[in-house]
Amino acid sequence: MNAIAVQNLTKQFGSFTAVDNISFDVKRGEIFGFLGANGAGKTTAMRMLCGLSFPTRGEATVAGFDLFREAEKIKKSIGYMSQKFSLYEDLTIKENIRFYGGIYGLTDGQIKSKTDFMLQHLGLSEQANTLVKSLPLGWRQKLSFSVAMVHEPQIVFLDEPTGGVDPVTRREFWTMIYEAAHAGTTVFVTTHYMDEAEYCDRVSIMVDGRIDALGTPTELKEQFSASDMAGVFLKLARRAKRGDD
Amino acid sequence: MRVLKILLEKEFRQVFRNPAILRIIFMMPAIQLLIMPLAADYEVKNVKLCVVDFDRSAYSRELVNKITATSYFQLVDYTDSYNKALTYVENDQADLVLQIPAKFERQLIKEDKATLFMALNAINGVKANLGSAYLRTIIGDFNREVRTEWLQLPRFNSQPVIEVTPINWFNPYMNYRIFMVPGILVILVTMVGAFLSALNIVKEKEVGTIEQINVTPIKKYQFILGKLIPFWVLGLIILTIGLAISYLVYGIAPLGNIFTIYFFAGVYLLAVLGLGLLVSTVSATQQQAMLLSFFMMMIFILLGGLYTSIDSMPAWAQAFTKVNPVAYFIDVMRMVVLKGSTLWDIRFHLLTVFGFAIVLNSLAVWSYRKRS
Amino acid sequence: MKQFIFFIRKEFFHLWRDKKTLFILFGLPVAQILIFGFALTNEVKNTRIAILDNSKDETTNAIIRQLNASRYFDIVRDIKSDHELEAAFREGKIRMAVVFPTQFQYLLLHTNRAAVQLVTDATDPNVANTLANYATAIVMDYQSSMKGHQDLPYTINTELRMLYNPQMKGSYNFVPGVMAMVLMLVCAMMTSISIVREKEMGTMEVILVSPIVPIRVVIAKMVPYFLLSAVNIASILLLSFYVLEVPIQGNLALLVGECLFFTITVLALGLLISSVADSQQTAMLISLMGLFLPTIMLSGFMFPVENMPVPLQVVSNLVPAKWFYYIVKGIMIKGLGFEFVWKETLILAGMTLFFMVVSIRKFKTRLE
Repeated sequence: MNAIAVQNLTKQFGSFTAVDNISFDVKRGEIFGFLGANGAGKTTAMRMLCGLSFPTRGEATVAGFDLFREAEKIKKSIGYMSQKFSLYEDLTIKENIRFYGGIYGLTDGQIKSKTDFMLQHLGLSEQANTLVKSLPLGWRQKLSFSVAMVHEPQIVFLDEPTGGVDPVTRREFWTMIYEAAHAGTTVFVTTHYMDEAEYCDRVSIMVDGRIDALGTPTELKEQFSASDMAGVFLKLARRAKRGDD
Repeated sequence: MRVLKILLEKEFRQVFRNPAILRIIFMMPAIQLLIMPLAADYEVKNVKLCVVDFDRSAYSRELVNKITATSYFQLVDYTDSYNKALTYVENDQADLVLQIPAKFERQLIKEDKATLFMALNAINGVKANLGSAYLRTIIGDFNREVRTEWLQLPRFNSQPVIEVTPINWFNPYMNYRIFMVPGILVILVTMVGAFLSALNIVKEKEVGTIEQINVTPIKKYQFILGKLIPFWVLGLIILTIGLAISYLVYGIAPLGNIFTIYFFAGVYLLAVLGLGLLVSTVSATQQQAMLLSFFMMMIFILLGGLYTSIDSMPAWAQAFTKVNPVAYFIDVMRMVVLKGSTLWDIRFHLLTVFGFAIVLNSLAVWSYRKRS
Repeated sequence: MKQFIFFIRKEFFHLWRDKKTLFILFGLPVAQILIFGFALTNEVKNTRIAILDNSKDETTNAIIRQLNASRYFDIVRDIKSDHELEAAFREGKIRMAVVFPTQFQYLLLHTNRAAVQLVTDATDPNVANTLANYATAIVMDYQSSMKGHQDLPYTINTELRMLYNPQMKGSYNFVPGVMAMVLMLVCAMMTSISIVREKEMGTMEVILVSPIVPIRVVIAKMVPYFLLSAVNIASILLLSFYVLEVPIQGNLALLVGECLFFTITVLALGLLISSVADSQQTAMLISLMGLFLPTIMLSGFMFPVENMPVPLQVVSNLVPAKWFYYIVKGIMIKGLGFEFVWKETLILAGMTLFFMVVSIRKFKTRLE
């Protein structure tokens, strides 16, 4: 069974169709790249799949649950890292982990071992008790990702996780993504960086709310006869009628 | 249960790490309870009087002496120019002008009748009313003295006299502060509760952390309870500080059981916090939430019977006080503190406010959307 | 200059788009005027009182009838004993009780002396006083009607003249106060919050790196609120004139001029707050504690300043609203001309200048 199955999903805001009749499947353990220009509808589509926004019509299952009727069940099986930094700046690293772990129903023992593991893994053991406010951006993003994974979800949604981050941290970040995928987590990621698209198992490209291309990076490069993903993207992006918002 | 515990842990940590909130908790009670009762003194005293005496007779001087002998009036000037007196009134230096016409004494004795003129600055109606009533009483007394001086006493004793003696219950010394302080305590608890809770969820919206919460399987009621309980505790802490200040500074100790106050306050805070949370679920920015709760609080407080009695409000305003939680708490506070009312005496208040709490919190849970 | 106008337009869009806020900002003065004008009175009427008649004779009946006939009192019938009386007071069912002793009429006719007790709920001392006064007057009327009409010798009459407010309306006192309150809220609080918001969100920095002079940015933020205030001033004046029937005795142009001038004072205050506050919550806190409460408490429109302890009276001089209240009251209600209020206007001007200088200094050091 697929981790995510989407059929004709549409979202309208008044007369504006943000997401226009999209269909795709995401396999288990896959790293699925979700590309598109600003305003193409990526974030809206992702917010629908996370149960943050009601679809106007269409069908979808996430982690085997129906998106319309079982959104709260879906939430137990997914992790989400939003574009906006969403840890509490006035809490310490440890407190943030404890908070989100607790909300997902982890026991004190689980939280403790999770915290130790995560801090060590991120190399943040020393800073466990510093306020998140004082962390540099790169660390914050890695911490956000770890926190989104705290309950070992089946699927994790990442909305432009590496925006504004330096190249070294980006590489480290992708190492973390690979590790998660190896461990069996399905990764659904949106990004602006075309080199990152190359790291994905499969990639979809949205233009004006539609999915105009879908396949492995190699397939897409062949299909659009481009040497790299950036070339593919540029060719598709020229079709766009919507401007940036 | 465990989720709730985790939520509460987080909220309390944030509250105690926020200097602005801590400042409110400790400064609000201090400022409001120390300054407001001193400032909010409605008691009418120190009526500033200007006497224009065209007569300058023994009687007129006697009358003026009699008036100034009371602590009620403060003689601004004793003059013979009416215009000068009016200037005093224009500059707010005098509230009341008493004019004694020329030949006042002669008329009174020769013609059995004389007239005094009073002009009063009626912009402040209460002061004008009470001041002039009091001045008339003094003139009446003076009149009686004059009469007894000229007539034989027995003729008057034969008239039946009804003596009216007022007895002031609950506040025998007519202390205005005992009246104001419990009311101000209510305002304090209300403002802190409503503002803090209203701003809280909106802040999470503005910062964006609410998204992260919304993708978790947390239940709506858990989230709302997690927001409600910390401010409920804060409200009771503020109430405690307020009660302590009113005891230490003003010597006001509740006549009734202090637990009656806490019990009611507990229920009341649920209602107020529910309102605050409702505001924050419908507002997008802190500015909006602030303005909206300010607007409502202003109406609730003004129509809550703190400054003016609800009995004298027009029907529509009285009807409104039926759905105004602030009015119930002010009433209960005064009843328990000054009259020693028991839980049984305030049962209707309690039930009504409990009803508000249920309705408002259900609305807050209902209007909080995890999904847009 | 073109940029400047562009910024003002941007601020207008912000304000215009936020319909909820706009609605409240316009609704606020209306609600306040209506509440103050119609709901907040100290007038006593239809107050619930109880009668404990231990005598039940013609005289007590007659007095009770008179009490009942007056518009001040509504008699609650079902209270029969001392015990019930106490309970009724504690539950807040009645505000006063009139107690006649046994053999009231007998005593009155045979010894010429009888006593009525008025038990008041003195929790609110002013109301208790007023109720007792009214009830006493009614009993006294009855007493003099018993004697039959008879001219007393040596009578002093008093003639009363109400200056400025012959109908003794409460509105006269508070219309100027409401004006001060609304302007404080709209100008000081809203501008300070909206400037601090830009600081918080980081958009201020974006604006500051643009070639526009920083102080112009801030002024551009104030222009919409200034216009909004002008609308509010107009609506307050119109409402109080047509709905509350408070006449405008003095020169209208002078009145409006002073109001607009005070708006600038308050805007300067808002600027000052935004230059020291670093978060919206702090700005709100300072506006509420530092501006709004003092305006309500110390400006003299709700509570008489002369009753306050001397230190508070001194502090009240620092509250701009106090001077504004005095000016508006003078022009609007008493019909005074500028020669009577120039001193107060000068004080306000001084304050405005002070706020401006301090906040511009603060802003500059922040930006460097």
